[in-house]
Amino acid sequence: MRQSLFAGRWRIRLPSSLDGAALRVTKTPPVTRKRKLDTASLSATSQPPPEPKRKASKTTHKDSIAQVEAALPATPQTLTSDKGMDSDDDFASVASSMELGEELSSSVDFGAEDSDVELEDYQDDDSAFETHAKQKPKRKAFEVEYKVYSPQDIQDQQDKQVAEVAALLEQPTEQTAILLRFGRWNKERLIEQYMDNQEEVLDKAGLGQNMSSNPPRIEAIDGFMCDICCEDTPGLQSYAMNCGHRFCVDCYRQYLAQKVREEGEAARIKCPGDGCNKIIDVKSLDLLVTSDLTDRYHELLMRTYVDDKESLKWCPAPNCVYAVECGVKKRELAKIVPTVQCECKHSFCFGCTQADHQPCPCSLVKRWMKKCEDDSETANWISANTKECPKCHSTIEKNGGCNHMTCRKCRNEFCWMCMGMWSEHGTSWYNCNRFEEKSGSEARTEQAKSRQSLERYLHYYNRFANHEQSAKLDKDIFHKTEKKMTLLQSSSGMSWIEVQFLEAASQALQQCRQTLKWTYAFAYYLARNSQTEMFEDNQKDLEMAVENLSEMFEKSTDQLAGLKVDMLDKTSYCMRRRVILLDDTAKKLKEDVWEFNVELA
Amino acid sequence: MAGMSSKRLQKELVKIQGTLPPGIALVSAENLREWQMDLSIPDNPIYPPTEKYRLRFLFSPSYPIEAPEVVFLASSNPERKIPIHPHIYTNGIICLDLLDTQGWSPVHNVESISISIQSMLAGNTKAERPPGDAEFVRSNRQRPRDINFLYHDPSV
Repeated sequence: MRQSLFAGRWRIRLPSSLDGAALRVTKTPPVTRKRKLDTASLSATSQPPPEPKRKASKTTHKDSIAQVEAALPATPQTLTSDKGMDSDDDFASVASSMELGEELSSSVDFGAEDSDVELEDYQDDDSAFETHAKQKPKRKAFEVEYKVYSPQDIQDQQDKQVAEVAALLEQPTEQTAILLRFGRWNKERLIEQYMDNQEEVLDKAGLGQNMSSNPPRIEAIDGFMCDICCEDTPGLQSYAMNCGHRFCVDCYRQYLAQKVREEGEAARIKCPGDGCNKIIDVKSLDLLVTSDLTDRYHELLMRTYVDDKESLKWCPAPNCVYAVECGVKKRELAKIVPTVQCECKHSFCFGCTQADHQPCPCSLVKRWMKKCEDDSETANWISANTKECPKCHSTIEKNGGCNHMTCRKCRNEFCWMCMGMWSEHGTSWYNCNRFEEKSGSEARTEQAKSRQSLERYLHYYNRFANHEQSAKLDKDIFHKTEKKMTLLQSSSGMSWIEVQFLEAASQALQQCRQTLKWTYAFAYYLARNSQTEMFEDNQKDLEMAVENLSEMFEKSTDQLAGLKVDMLDKTSYCMRRRVILLDDTAKKLKEDVWEFNVELA
Repeated sequence: MAGMSSKRLQKELVKIQGTLPPGIALVSAENLREWQMDLSIPDNPIYPPTEKYRLRFLFSPSYPIEAPEVVFLASSNPERKIPIHPHIYTNGIICLDLLDTQGWSPVHNVESISISIQSMLAGNTKAERPPGDAEFVRSNRQRPRDINFLYHDPSV
């Protein structure tokens, strides 16, 4: 009974966590719970989470697997063995999904109570990264600290800063807001500059002096002619800011509407007067324009606030109104891939705002995308249809005719069949059988070398593209999954909560494929060494896990109910492999362990 | 307010048809969308005093809130060339901050633009095209207002 209570405890805590997939995994199926009872004897007390188990679920090294297997007898419910898995996989299915759920949740769980347990785990697992783990015991290496803000939060933040600075500079809030926008919200620097030379700062920010003494208002002035519309009807309503450039209200409105609506300007709209740098403040604007424009104006002001701050970014998802704050700076992007998840569930990279591309650093992503754009299709075709001139390496397509090739570029004559020099063929050989010729074999080696780099690129590209494609297909499956879940409920008598494993599995698949996809871009730029081999092992493990899980989705609905435990296991295994891969990669990135074959700009 | 540009242009037209500074002449203003002006430049050996340069103004309905599009036109009859200037491309596009959304003020008008361009030419000492002229002329497909010029040289 204690165990199920325990399970309940974790479930309650999880919804606040960020990982949707992990969240559902923790729903303990009956069998798993039973299996858990087997292992429960290991722990003297079950709260807080028993340490040996947690350790077990984290360990990856082969030598410790033996221990684990001794400690945790494999139960008959271990279903993965039919795939001929190695001990690593067996071990994973032994470590029940319940524990994996805990393990996963701990990566996003900032609960203080676990922190020392976690720390010990790191020390036991991987002594190489001990010091690092000690510094940041609560977070995985691939995770960054961030906060999601609603538009209201952002407004409050601005208001608070404006109020603070206004009190300090003894300026009205309107002016302070303009000053802060002018200073790109760098409070300290603004205050310093202001203290040094008040007049200059006010002037540069487009604020004339004595704004507060004589507030501008809309009025009709005798003999006034508007310089914009040339109207001079008596009683024409006009407006001027303190700079004295007076225009009729209609023209002012037109002007502001144009700036706000068409040009998306807000914080730096200047007086319409020629050469006047005075910025139009919120009060003047509110006085002049209609409410629909004011809304847009304030929205734009907010936009500039977020745009101005390096630590804030809008969530790039369509129609998402949230902004994310993250302390990772631009210069750190070679060492870290700051992936954040918005309130709207969209995961993106804070560095470049592309969709989540862990483990690949931003600069490599950019390089890779560019390369793919330029190269992939062309490269495929070149590889299939062309050869290179053995002398100048121009790419040549043979579009018919005989084997006697003359390179258009360097006039080199060679044989298409053996790539050897044509002169060695004599004059009557139009059917090449000179395979043993030295020049020919040398040319072929050369050719093979240069083709190799192309082949190498295609190797990575095809896998990258494949995961991208599969993720799309998996997404389709996800939509079908929802249907399946309802079907499963009615056919097997399972409750709604009991069929959630399908959704969890589907989400895990999406996430893992996203990661896998980028591992190929990453690997393309890795130099060949033992680190890379380790990386590829991790990649392979994750890929196998993903493909296994993906395969299960194709089973019919009536089979699915029976596969629940297996699927849960595989889901959590996938997620675990992903965490392992990302964690390892991120650590090594931070510590400069990776060797790339290009510059990390 | 579609009437804004027409009202203002009508007023401008009345004024232009009255008096204009020397060297600036109205060529055509048949509608309130496109006007043409001729400029001649006094006292600058780069531009012969007999030579005239034709400016084309295109107004959008939101003129004068929005800047007009102003370019030099070349024609053979009468002969009009594109004046040589470090800020004027051979296709007639003028790199001048006051024609750009940032530098434009609705207070400007056809006359003041013409005067500005005339004085820009009168004060010029370099008989050369902008750097990258050939490349720009070959590749540019944008309207002048959509081009982001860098006003790197305020002295010319």
